[in-house]
Amino acid sequence: MTLPLLLATLLVLALAGFFAGRARAVATAGGDARKLHSVPAYHGWFAALAGLVPAGMALLAWRAVAPGQGTWQGFAVLAVAIVGMILAISATRGETRARNRVEGIVKAGLILCSVIAIATTAGIVLSMLFETGQFFSQYSFTRFYFGTVWQPNFRGDSELGILPLLWGTLYISLIALAVAVPVGLFAAVYMSEYASRRFRGFAKPAIEVLAGIPTIVYGLFALITVGPALRDYFAQPLGLGESASSVMTAGLVMGIMIIPFVSSLSDDIINAVPQSLRDGSLGLGATQSETIRQVVLPAALPGIVGAVLLAASRAIGETMIVVLGAGAAAKLSLNPFEAMTTITVKIVSQLTGDTDFAAPETLVAFALGLTLFVVTLGLNILALIVVRKYREEYE
Amino acid sequence: MTAPRRSLLAPDPRTIARNRAEARFRAYGLGAVGVALVALAVLLLSIFGNGSSAFYQTYLEVPVMLPEKSLDKSGTRDIEVMKKVTTVGYAKVLKTALDEAIEANGIIVEGLGKKDVGNMISDEAAAQLRNMVLADPTLVGQTIAFEMLANGRIDGYYKGRVTRESAALDSNVSPAQLDLADALAEKGLLATRFNLDFITAPDASDQRPEAAGLGVAILGSFYMMIVVLALSLPIGVATAVYLEEFAVKNRFTDVIEVNISNLAAVPSIVFGILGLAIFINFAHLPQSAPIVGGLVLTLMTLPRIIIPARAALKAVPPSIRDAALGVGASRMQSVFHHVLPLAAPGILTGMIIGLAQALGETAPLLLIGMVAFVRDYPGGLFDPATALPVQVYNWTQRADPAFVERASGAIIVLLIFLLIMNTAAIVLRRRFERRW
Amino acid sequence: MNDMRVSESAVGAQDVKISARKVQVFYGENHAIKDVDVEILDRTVTAFIGPSGCGKSTFLRCLNRMNDTIPICRVEGDIMLDGEDIYDRRVDPVQLRAKVGMVFQKPNPFPKSIYDNVAYGPRIHGLTRNKAELDEVVEQSLRRAALWNEVKDRLHAPGTGLSGGQQQRLCIARAVATSPEVLLMDEPCSALDPIATAQVEELIDELRANFSVVIVTHSMQQAARVSQKTAFFHLGNLVEYGETGDIFTRPQDPRTESYISGRIG
Repeated sequence: MTLPLLLATLLVLALAGFFAGRARAVATAGGDARKLHSVPAYHGWFAALAGLVPAGMALLAWRAVAPGQGTWQGFAVLAVAIVGMILAISATRGETRARNRVEGIVKAGLILCSVIAIATTAGIVLSMLFETGQFFSQYSFTRFYFGTVWQPNFRGDSELGILPLLWGTLYISLIALAVAVPVGLFAAVYMSEYASRRFRGFAKPAIEVLAGIPTIVYGLFALITVGPALRDYFAQPLGLGESASSVMTAGLVMGIMIIPFVSSLSDDIINAVPQSLRDGSLGLGATQSETIRQVVLPAALPGIVGAVLLAASRAIGETMIVVLGAGAAAKLSLNPFEAMTTITVKIVSQLTGDTDFAAPETLVAFALGLTLFVVTLGLNILALIVVRKYREEYE
Repeated sequence: MTAPRRSLLAPDPRTIARNRAEARFRAYGLGAVGVALVALAVLLLSIFGNGSSAFYQTYLEVPVMLPEKSLDKSGTRDIEVMKKVTTVGYAKVLKTALDEAIEANGIIVEGLGKKDVGNMISDEAAAQLRNMVLADPTLVGQTIAFEMLANGRIDGYYKGRVTRESAALDSNVSPAQLDLADALAEKGLLATRFNLDFITAPDASDQRPEAAGLGVAILGSFYMMIVVLALSLPIGVATAVYLEEFAVKNRFTDVIEVNISNLAAVPSIVFGILGLAIFINFAHLPQSAPIVGGLVLTLMTLPRIIIPARAALKAVPPSIRDAALGVGASRMQSVFHHVLPLAAPGILTGMIIGLAQALGETAPLLLIGMVAFVRDYPGGLFDPATALPVQVYNWTQRADPAFVERASGAIIVLLIFLLIMNTAAIVLRRRFERRW
Repeated sequence: MNDMRVSESAVGAQDVKISARKVQVFYGENHAIKDVDVEILDRTVTAFIGPSGCGKSTFLRCLNRMNDTIPICRVEGDIMLDGEDIYDRRVDPVQLRAKVGMVFQKPNPFPKSIYDNVAYGPRIHGLTRNKAELDEVVEQSLRRAALWNEVKDRLHAPGTGLSGGQQQRLCIARAVATSPEVLLMDEPCSALDPIATAQVEELIDELRANFSVVIVTHSMQQAARVSQKTAFFHLGNLVEYGETGDIFTRPQDPRTESYISGRIG
């Protein structure tokens, strides 16, 4: 019995159960639905769910223990459904609280759905922890975290030090933030303090479009436009490098990508600064820029710090821009026009193509992923705490 | 403290300096907005400039005689027998047709090499002709009008990618071929026209950029979006309803909430690792399949749907709930009969925006094998497929510069889909926005 | 109402500090202030009273062009400060506001230290040459605002940590520190408890020695206690303006009388 057939049969059974349950309820009330505790449809629903829920659980349990499908499995599941429904229908009385029961089942379903969020996090952590554990059983912890050479070699004897990757990641993120924070912050200040409504109505959505563009688009932009331009007009004339993919390419493009994160978060935060503070400063004869620099921004500082932290976490976890714009060579260098690589690039390169899940060269990707997850999670939580604290201050 | 009284009408030097600082500051702000807008403009111009030509393609239009002698020696029109003739046989047919057309039109070009004429035809054209003949064997023996895809370099010549100077240095194309192409174009035998195949055809190999299309990628993305929609809408709404309407404030719900907001900020590649470890290595679902991509994107999209859905539920005033409870409805009935329908536009808007984000996501799909080269249209959720953004990535990794145009063109298609979805979300919000 | 004692301080023949002629204020389509003529004297406390929404705060904000910060607001007519039109194109509102300080309804100390709050004005206007002078200005201003003794040991504690009444006196000290010629106060006591109110009122009376003070208040008792001149606004019109004692004892206009006796408000 195939799965679609089984599910279809179950649905037909449930439909039958619904009508049977409803009819039974009306019958026990002597045909007068007003005597029932719940309207008849709820009795029908209860009967149907009494079959479906145990049958579904049985199916899942069977599949978990013995994968695959079989005739016996199908019949067993259907039998569970039929027994469940018969029990429910035969127990139906006029005073049965069918509505409360159905609502209880629905509520359990709602709770189950919201637990998926936790299950996802648990899945992420556990899957990565397990494989990372395997990795560290083959490769030493200190060599990974303090190694300065990244040289995977699929014949074994690889050097898998994270430091060059970490350096590339941080260097690129730093450049990205150096672009996005001033531009985003000034743009937010201009939009919330100076811009006319019409200008704001046009410019704010336009900047937010930058946030809606998929990262692959930025990656291609880095690859075909920004990279060659930087190489031809800066790196080569200055004698700094010959490569189109570079820390600068990836950093600049990533900076453009996170401008809207900084600007829209900062905009919200600046708007949350009470007008009375601005009035107080203007009333003393301060100019608008003095008010912004000396009163509004200091007051908004914690929130802005939170926004910058969120942007940083975004930059560190970004993949496509660096895959296409930064290069693949793991290097510890200060020259921003040299190609370097990041944690995310190496996760992609170690997990695509031919992978052998027993080799440390593949498993290292999980250790990289776990490190990335922990770092970004830490930044996010820190940002949340900072922003939340700031909100409390003005509420 | 007791400065001499100054007239208001004559600004003092300090005030002038301060006003200059003010103007400077304002200019910085405007400059920052300008930088962001210019970046957006350059980005879009670069993509559209590189990619719009992907929607046009150069074809050679010459009458093709399909000789029975070489295509169906047995004369039986038996498909199985005819299949023995490979694309090489069909390529010869096409070359002959082109040679004859050149001769018939009296075109003489100096310096053509021996293989130059044949090489102007895309390798894909022979395969297309073969498929056409196998689908309709009665064509053999007839002379048909057939549009042959021109080689990528010839196509590039008409798109400005290849010039006579570059051709002189390129082993794949010679200036004489370009002369011939110009002569053919003059006689109306070579033309550039709209290229629907770019959207419908499957990917093509490294040597045939002129034939590469997005068909499989669009279908794969479509299947994934179905999975994301089917899973994340009910689960996301259920979670939002539970947290907003039923959950009591306690440790457990706190953990769920913190979890959701953190998941929304986890780097997407981490979801790819999760998908690889759980769905492929543990549950043994097939690699490259839309079902796995859909599941991964669902997990990634869920928090991004739950957050706006909760906001939409929160925006429904408590008086509505009170009114329902007041006439004797249960909590559950008041939520499902009254609150949820009122919040539906807001929830759907969030859903569409979440789907749009999922559609453009690339990194996690790389890890679950969606980078594979797939030429067969997927028939279902478990068949190998690629996805639109992954196809872009794939094409960027190819050597032939013609793929840059293809990748940019694919992005235009992707951006058009995103534009449609986001417009739908805005329209929905405008149309049903309710102020309480 | 037994607290209706009129301030006994005499009103001498003083110079006119601000004179307004035919002032009109529009908020978009709304005509908020109609044809207001008023002369505000130097070294005098002038109170603006009237029911809420009568335009008294709006008019007050015209006097240092705070209304400029509201895009839809438009002011017509002449307002002269020492004979100079403050709405002249050549006038920089920044310079004007240094001369016409303002204290707001809700205490709004900046999220900075007490010292930095008071030093803010002198710093931006460049009124002091060195740290010692600045220290002196801060101390003097805090003393004038009757706050020095309470905060002298914690000048570097945040201004937001003070009590409501202290915060408002800090705001007054902040306004005084720029040595303005006129001090505008928009319901400065409405967010304060009675004890803090009494302290601020006492302070206002002392400030009269150096400044022209204009205070908007919704409390008639307060107007009677602190002011020498009173203007009664009603629906955007200046109904009556005169010696505080006269306004409260012998109002000329029936609307003033109704308001004072509590029939409208």
